[in-house]
Amino acid sequence: MFSVSKKKRTIPGFGLSVGYTIFYLSLIVLIPLSTLFFKTASLDFGAFWEAVASPRTLAAYRLSFGASFIAALVNAVFGFLIAWVLARYSFPGKKIIDALVDLPFALPTAVAGIALTAIYSPHGWVGRPLAALGIKTAFNATGVVLALTFIGLPFVVRTIQPVLEDFDPAVEEAAASLGADRWQTFRRVIFPALFPPLLTGATMAFARALGEYGSVIFISGNMPSKTEIAPLLIMTKLEQYDYAGATAIAVVMLLVSFALFLVINYLQWLGSRRSGMNP
Amino acid sequence: MKMILKNWAGAVLAMALTLSVSSPALAAKEVTLLNVSYDPTREFYEDTNKAFAKYWKEKTGETVTINQSHGGSGKQARAVIDGLDADVVTLALAYDIDALNEKANLIPKEWQSRLPNNSSPYASTIVFLVRKGNPKGIKDWDDLARAGISVITPNPKTSGGARWNYLAAWVYALRKWNSDEEKTKEFVKAIYKNVPVLDSGARGSTTTFIEREIGDVLIAWENEAYLAVNELGKDKFEIVVPSLSILAEPPVTVVDKVADRRGTRKVAEAYLEYLYSDQGQEIATRHYYRSRNEKIAAQYADKFSKVELVTVDEAFGGWQKAHKAHFADKGTFDQIYQG
Repeated sequence: MFSVSKKKRTIPGFGLSVGYTIFYLSLIVLIPLSTLFFKTASLDFGAFWEAVASPRTLAAYRLSFGASFIAALVNAVFGFLIAWVLARYSFPGKKIIDALVDLPFALPTAVAGIALTAIYSPHGWVGRPLAALGIKTAFNATGVVLALTFIGLPFVVRTIQPVLEDFDPAVEEAAASLGADRWQTFRRVIFPALFPPLLTGATMAFARALGEYGSVIFISGNMPSKTEIAPLLIMTKLEQYDYAGATAIAVVMLLVSFALFLVINYLQWLGSRRSGMNP
Repeated sequence: MKMILKNWAGAVLAMALTLSVSSPALAAKEVTLLNVSYDPTREFYEDTNKAFAKYWKEKTGETVTINQSHGGSGKQARAVIDGLDADVVTLALAYDIDALNEKANLIPKEWQSRLPNNSSPYASTIVFLVRKGNPKGIKDWDDLARAGISVITPNPKTSGGARWNYLAAWVYALRKWNSDEEKTKEFVKAIYKNVPVLDSGARGSTTTFIEREIGDVLIAWENEAYLAVNELGKDKFEIVVPSLSILAEPPVTVVDKVADRRGTRKVAEAYLEYLYSDQGQEIATRHYYRSRNEKIAAQYADKFSKVELVTVDEAFGGWQKAHKAHFADKGTFDQIYQG
């Protein structure tokens, strides 16, 4: 990525487009985010620590990061499967399934939350039989994971699918002709190529899940210290006009997420370098 | 990716539309007011606005259009603080309107004494909604603290309505235990132990109780409870009125800074005064709010159950104190949920 700037650029317009990029990012992302830090800075350290490290806040972080992570994992597995089916097979109704994947993008999250709660609550179609088996699927952490899985699904499918569709069949044929069986081909040829988009998709799903509010609050039950997600805690602070306390929690979430994404990007870079060695 | 681009295009378009809509209309003799209110008043203000527009036209010849905005009370107050041009606010509790003075100095500190009855043209109270036939035999607050009862109420940290519920329970317990704070807290704690879901808003709790069929009793605004019974079937729910409850006074005020800047003070004040008029009070009563006007209240006395009502000022010394003691961080609500 950065090697571009070292070489002499052959495509004109670099200065203009980068200038625009920075201006645009500042306007839409950086300046709004910087106010977070300014608001938080109005707290002294004791008050900041009080806001971000109370047992209740810690419980909320645990739930938010934990549930988002599990949801991203679930999406990585099943999203991969869906992308595989959509890219590799053709069957009647495929277009419809393809369109269904995008629904979580388009649906207002509150609607998603209400719909999920209706189905998974102890009186819902799915919740009732499961409740009879002793499995609670709403108003606990399971409900949170469920909602986060729902909203994260398209990210995984939509990042893997195009890569899979563009994957040259000749590579697989070459592997087969060199004596690889199908499992070996998948494991050593196809999967390494799909791993970077899979990681990207799962990361995006994870990031989306961390910030999700609308759909989760309907299904989580919102019990303090138990099923309270961090964004809800931010809302409760705002409801008390405690802007600084709210932004303090937001800043911590932002920094932790940023650190996580750096690590993931680093992993991805490692991965691409390794696969780049024997192309 | 295409999808994302489409979303962006939509967002930009929406922004452009919002900007063009909110730019001031220049038509003469035509006034617009923005009434920023809380959730369950939507239908009530639709009726009121129509009636007021007619009244104002007859009186002054001016055409007035009143736009409404509804949402959680706290969210609405924050929007006004952040610059939403509300000529009047009609919110769920005085605490949220106080914030307009404290955080943005949009109104004077003593705003609540400007209109009669603590600036609350209509009142309501907190009652119980139970399933038809009252299978669990719920009569009063004591029954809500009983083991095995499932109680639905929203989270007082995020919902204005829920704060009234909490304070109503508190007032009852204070009286029951002769103002013993510890026993009162234990009692309220026992009630909240019975709450399986704390929705973030009052409408959310109503949905949980009615649509999801969760819980034996819903603690609700009286007007919401009547709405639920009358719209969703008398064969499904019943209203139970406790022996003691709180007088919920949703206050109103002109937002001075906005009204003066937009030159709408006269019509904004007339609008709020209209809420106190006989017609305004009748409309409120039609929407199950309790009238503050004795004549109208007497006229519709049989519509509402008799119940002893305590005000927040009497029991807690005002909303600021009540909030600090109960709903601020480390207040009694937080204590109830610790261990």
